[in-house]
Order: sequence, then C-alpha cells, then structure tokens
Amino acid sequence: MIEVNHLTKRYGTHCAVKDISFAVGEGEILGFLGPNGAGKSTTMNILTGYLSATEGTVTINGHDILEEPNAAKANIGYLPEIPPLYLDMTVREYLDFMYDLKKCALPRVKHITEICKVMKIEDVYGRLIKNLSKGYRQRVGMAQALIGNPPVLILDEPTVGLDPKQIIEIRSLIKTLGKHHTVILSSHILSEIEAVCDRVIIINKGELVADDSAENLSAQFSDDHRLLVRIAGPAKESTALVKGIGGVISVTDAGSKEVGTVDLLVETAPNADIRRDLFERLAQRGWPLLYSKTQAMSLEDIFIDLTQKKGGAR
Amino acid sequence: MGAIFRREFKSFFTNPIGYVVLAVMFCASGLFFFMYNMAGGMSSLSYLYSNLFTIVLLIIPFLTMRLFSEEKRQKTDQALLTAPTGLTGIVLGKFFAALLLFVLSLSITLVYALVIAMKVTPDWMVLAGNFVGLLLVGGLVIAIGLMISSLTESQVIAALGTLAVSVILMSVDMLSSIFASITWLADAINFLSINNRHSNFTVGLIEYDNIIFFLSLQALFIFITVRVLDSKRWK
Repeated sequence: MIEVNHLTKRYGTHCAVKDISFAVGEGEILGFLGPNGAGKSTTMNILTGYLSATEGTVTINGHDILEEPNAAKANIGYLPEIPPLYLDMTVREYLDFMYDLKKCALPRVKHITEICKVMKIEDVYGRLIKNLSKGYRQRVGMAQALIGNPPVLILDEPTVGLDPKQIIEIRSLIKTLGKHHTVILSSHILSEIEAVCDRVIIINKGELVADDSAENLSAQFSDDHRLLVRIAGPAKESTALVKGIGGVISVTDAGSKEVGTVDLLVETAPNADIRRDLFERLAQRGWPLLYSKTQAMSLEDIFIDLTQKKGGAR
Repeated sequence: MGAIFRREFKSFFTNPIGYVVLAVMFCASGLFFFMYNMAGGMSSLSYLYSNLFTIVLLIIPFLTMRLFSEEKRQKTDQALLTAPTGLTGIVLGKFFAALLLFVLSLSITLVYALVIAMKVTPDWMVLAGNFVGLLLVGGLVIAIGLMISSLTESQVIAALGTLAVSVILMSVDMLSSIFASITWLADAINFLSINNRHSNFTVGLIEYDNIIFFLSLQALFIFITVRVLDSKRWK
C-alpha cells in the first residue's frame, strides 16, 4: 500500500531524514515512534506530498507521490501535527469545504453525518471552529482526514490534547479503522503505540533505528531486568548479599530514604527473576524486604539502548 | 478550484476585510460622484474613475494580503497542498475570489452611470473603457498581491510589499522622459507602462493589444505564484 525507498530530506546542511525505507501493507497499523525532532512529522509530510524528499521515492497504492500527485493524494487522509482548521468557519462549513476540496463522490450529507457521529462532533456541528476546545479541534481535524474514506490514513499525534476518555475512544476507533484502512500514526507515547499498532518503527535523529512488531520490541526491551528494592538492613552487607544472587549483573546504592534502610537498584540478566531468591536470603538474615518494584523502561531508555548498544543498527 | 473560490469569497465576509474594502470603495466613489457630478454638474464619470484609480491601488493590497500568508500561518496550507487538487486550481480559486470582490466594489460606479443616464445620455464607450481599464489594472494588482502573499507569512509585509510594487509599477513611466535620449530604453518603458495603456481605456479606446497586455501580466504573476508554492516543498 505504502512503499518508501531510501527517503532523505535535507534542509541545507541539516539532515532531517536519513535514508529511511519501509513498506506498509493493506490493513496494517504502523506506529511511528520517536522523540521530538526525530523526523516523524517531516517523514509524514513527505508521504502526503506536502514536502518533497531530497532523495528517494514514495509510492501510495501504486502511485508515485511526485509523478502522479493527485492520484496518490486521493488515497490519503492526513491529520497533520497542527490540524489544518479554518478558524472562521463552522464545523459544518469546514467539512463541506474539505468534501469539495477532496472531490469526494460519496453522498454528501450521509457521509459527513456518519463521520461526525463516529468522531462525536455532532453537538458542535454548527459552531465556529475558533470557539472549540483543543480536543474538539483535534477531532474535527481527524474528521477531515476521514472524508472520502481514503484507504490510507496518516495521523500525526492524533491523541494530543484529548482527555483520557477521548484518548481511549480514539485509540479504539483507530483500531477499528485499521481493519479496512492502512494507518500510519505517530506518537512519542510508548504505551499508545503498544496499544494500537501491529508494527512499530522507531526514528531517532532522522534515522530508522528499529522496525519490528510491538511484541518483539517489548520482549527485546522487557522491563523486568531492573529492580528497585528497599531493605531494612545495613547498606554494605545488603549490597554484598544481593550481588551474590545468581543472575545479578550490577547493584547500585540508590541511597537511604527511610532511617535504617537502604535502596538498591539491581540490574539482572534478561529473563532472570531474582525476587524469590532475594526474599529467602534476606529472610535468613532477618532483614525485611520493604519494597520491590520493577523499573519501567522508558522510551528514552530504549533509545539509549538502540543508539548506543547496537550502534544504530536495524 | 471551485471549493477554494467559494471558501475564499465567503471568508471576505466572515472576517470583515471584504466589508471594509466595499465600504471604502463605495464611500470614495460616492464622494467623487457627489463632488464632480452632483455638485459640479458634470455628466462625465472620467474624473471619478481617475480618482478611483488611486484608491484601487491603495485598497487592493489589503484585499490580497491574507490570501496565502494566513494559510501558512494557520498551517491550513497543509490541507490544501495534500488534497488531490493541483496548485494552479488553488491559486486561480483565490485569484478569482479576490477579483469578484473587486468587481463588486467597482460595480457601484454603474449605478452612478444609470443616475446620469436618467438626465443625459452619457458617453457609453468612455464609461465602458474606464470600467474595463480599471478592472484590468485591479486584476493585475490582485495577481501581484497574490504572489507577494505567497512569499511571506506576515500579512503586514504582504500588504506593504504589494503597495510598494504597485506604486512603482504605476509610476515607472516617469522614467521614460528622463531616459528620453536612450531611445530603446524609453521605448521599452513606454511599452511596459501601465499608465499609458490604462489612459487609452479612459478615453474609450478598448484595444485588444492592451487587454492582452494586462491579461498576460496577470497570467504571469499567477504562474509565478504557482512556482513559488511548488518550490516551497523543496526547501
């Protein structure tokens, strides 16, 4: 459905996107993950024909975005980072305008009413867009992308500005849409990508650093190998004791937050669960274990892992 | 093109610039009509039109200033440029929307012509020439304003830039007398002089070469606008 080959975008000497290639099949939901300024929006702008790539090609449903721009663009619904809303129009006028602009052939009133129902914007249908809240504006922007029922949806951070309930609604909507559409969505929220996407692409500093299914990535970066424990016992001896457990790679003293206790950050080999072992050994000494928590692996940690340990390899 | 034309024309009236332009034009032409024709007792509208010429130059930059700069500032150009509509359609839609508003503002003079026609028969050729001439000059300034608006995100810069370019264009033929000794240069300036060509219209001479001159200049600036928008993608 979407094929991207050796995409590069340079702004003068600054390289925003470096040699990115990937393909997305029909009915696939692809997540674009990356910190701010990683090149997510630039890539999406190139995919939709808003920007041109310095090098490389983009093909949407068999149409090259440069050779046959109108045929390619007719297949895309795009929600940019900032929804392209005319503030001086009402929602009705705006959706009508987008319907005409996209030369949509579906029955006008029925189609627009359906979209409004799905996006839950019927109650603001007659209001000026400039009077809408951020969440409603985001949803009107999303409604605009759905007009014409395009086979490819490209959504740049679709859940920004929504409240938690709406976020869940939009996520389930994207999942439903993903059954019949090809969806690319970007986010810097890891859990969002995990919840919605079949496949994840991680971009850092314009380079593609990972392209894998969500399960594989989370298995690879499982967060059960870093453990924060609080022990009511002497610091030095506790550290030595924990170090003696099989599977432990390193122990860092994280200071003392309560009187007579010590916090230790324990890094273990992947798939090594030391919690039972730890409890028994501490019980033998009579040092109670007050607290034990696996450290969640943040997006930043994954980036550090990907960019440092693997040297940016795919 | 149709969708953009309709949206653009409507937006002149949802944000008050359209009303302001109409008000200024109606007010100015009404004043001139009263001064020259009602109080002065003249039957010709030529003075009215020649005074209106300056007003047109001053007011059109405000009509065109937001056409593209506002789209870029609000990021709505992302919707336009990623829609399956060609750039030429987008530019023409905006051009004709501004042109229609200008025609509306100019059409008040036809009412004055009818008022005069009730008393005496006006020189219809001179009147038509004046109307068409002003329309062509206005269209040219709109095309220039459209182009300058595509170059900047700031409406103020777009308006001032258009004003500057149109004033320079209108006054450039003063140079022909300075360069009278260099015949080819004076000839070139005379050929390109907008004032010279416009003054033919004001005496009722509606000539094809002058019409084509204005239309092709408008087409040129529309073409440049399309190229400017296209080149933005590569930067």
